[in-house]
Amino acid sequence: MIDFPDFLRFEISEPIDAIVTWMIKNWDVFFGGVSSFILTIFNGVESALNIIPWWFYIIGLFVVGWRLYNVRTGITLSLMLTSIGLFGLWDLMIYTLVIVIISVIVSILLGLPAGIIMAKFKTAKKIMMPILDAMQTMPSFVYLLPAVMFFGFGRVPAIIATTTYAIAPLIRLTYLGISTVNKEVIEAGKSFGSTPMQMLFKIEFPQSLSSIMTGVNQTTMMAMAMVVISSMIGAEGIGGEVLISINRLEVGRGFQAGLAIVFLAIILDRVLQGSAKKLRERT
Amino acid sequence: MADKKIEIKDLTLVFGKDKNTALKMLDEGFTIQEIRKKTGLAVGVNNISIDIEEGEMFVIVGLSGSGKSSLIRCMNMLNVPTRGELLIDGENIVDYGKDQLRELRRHKVAMVFQHFGLLSHRTVLHNVQFGLEVQNIDETQRKKKALEAIELVGLSGWEDYFPRQLSGGMKQRVGLARALTNEPEILLMDEPFSALDPLIRREMQKELLSIEDYMDKTIVFITHDMNEAFRLGDRVALLKDGELIQVGKPRDFFENPANDYVEAFIEDVDKSRILRVKTIMNKPEIVAVKGQNREEVVRKLSDAELEYCYVTDNKGNLIGYVELEKLMNNQMETIDKFIETNYKEINRNAFLSDVWTKLSESDVEVAVTDKRNRLRGIISHEDVAKALS
Repeated sequence: MIDFPDFLRFEISEPIDAIVTWMIKNWDVFFGGVSSFILTIFNGVESALNIIPWWFYIIGLFVVGWRLYNVRTGITLSLMLTSIGLFGLWDLMIYTLVIVIISVIVSILLGLPAGIIMAKFKTAKKIMMPILDAMQTMPSFVYLLPAVMFFGFGRVPAIIATTTYAIAPLIRLTYLGISTVNKEVIEAGKSFGSTPMQMLFKIEFPQSLSSIMTGVNQTTMMAMAMVVISSMIGAEGIGGEVLISINRLEVGRGFQAGLAIVFLAIILDRVLQGSAKKLRERT
Repeated sequence: MADKKIEIKDLTLVFGKDKNTALKMLDEGFTIQEIRKKTGLAVGVNNISIDIEEGEMFVIVGLSGSGKSSLIRCMNMLNVPTRGELLIDGENIVDYGKDQLRELRRHKVAMVFQHFGLLSHRTVLHNVQFGLEVQNIDETQRKKKALEAIELVGLSGWEDYFPRQLSGGMKQRVGLARALTNEPEILLMDEPFSALDPLIRREMQKELLSIEDYMDKTIVFITHDMNEAFRLGDRVALLKDGELIQVGKPRDFFENPANDYVEAFIEDVDKSRILRVKTIMNKPEIVAVKGQNREEVVRKLSDAELEYCYVTDNKGNLIGYVELEKLMNNQMETIDKFIETNYKEINRNAFLSDVWTKLSESDVEVAVTDKRNRLRGIISHEDVAKALS
């Protein structure tokens, strides 16, 4: 009487498998299209980033850090970037960066409208909120599964898994920003005869920009975390380096790669937060 | 009698989902408190009817929760009335479609907010331009108009500052300039000075009066401060629990308070400091115009049994007065030679405490003028004495 009875079984794994198999079979063209589209973008961004010489990144990062914060931060950030190069992980870092950048851009393109729709329509909010909650509590590994099923191994499923994992905070913070714009400011906008579009672009959007920027920052950080895990489904990059070290029990190599990931995350975070702050000061 | 600009007819406003229940309960005679307790519905405005005249400064006063802010928001449909009509220039705006409403808000009615409602991401200039920007007016035109409004409210030189760099008083000047830039016929002001400290508030009241003095706009002004209400209002409406308690000129409240509540409300008010000349003054029975026929004026004055009357030019600007005695018994064609200029005048927004000295220096009634020197009325010793008694 302690164990759950064997005769009470209702498994959903089989029907899900069936659906997925059916989708793969019948929506082949769709998945193929998405796949090659993402690959094209990936290759484009990657070759764009590879055109820029390494020293330009380091000097550029120094200048950015200096303008956003101070000389010391500029030096620290560019030193971090330099050490990634010194570890021999430069190319892998660029690869990781490309996945993060694409994921963040896709997140913005999809997440902003989603957040705005949530703020505007109560029904949308009621549907989206639990989905977002579920997305943010779901273990990150789970995202790998559907990506692998539909797109196999490689960079395409990595990008898709990263994006789906990282998009939630951006949607949430866009929604939060738009729906918490000061009531009197909204009334002021209406009282001068703004159209709904004018309300959105002249008042609600600029007024919630700071919240949206926080969302972009969080999304980037989540993408950064996920891109490492995506190495398990064939994304190369620094994450792949960590995976290899685990498999071969090479502690030093793993630590080095881990440190590089931390550095890259710090750099992205500082740059984004600094720009957000500058933006806030100006507005 | 001036034209009616805004007519509010049996207006009721209910907040909440099941508005009809609340309406039904109101009809059955339940009080607002009972309705809130039983149904959770809030009645903001309960069956109010008011006419607001063109060009007047109409003040709605009441404590918080009296429904004054809910009522003013009906005038540009930020709140949609649940029942009743609200006519502006004879058109019921409750029936307006989206486009008509947008036009109304863009051209006829502008609003100033208690906490300013400024856009923090825009400079003063771009805040003030907002109303014109929404109308898609071109950049140079709207900049020109915005700068005019900024100058009018005394903010020249601050165009490129952001709201957070300004003091409360200055922020509200921006709010006022933004509303004026639209050149609205009606200005709605929702407790515009309540968030300011007393000194600044006094200063802003003065400036509002001086701006109003030569713009001839219809202004609806909300406040919870009785002194402010009587100080500013041509007419005042007192609200309590969403209902209209009394409406009239400030002096009416002192002469015939409607009930004990009104009496308690006005108890601590120093009348000579808050009653303004224009709320006491009378319209002159006869006004002569420069170049008018002498005999005609003589006849009019004799008919009305008056000894003198004021004279304006053909634009209504005050230039002097003529006395019946001097007009009689001569051969002149017009009255021009007899115009005396040693009259006393006072601005219509002056307080009664200011008019005493002028009255004592003058044999005739004091002329009341506006900023453009147009004759608006006359005021006598007796008028003031009666108002203050």
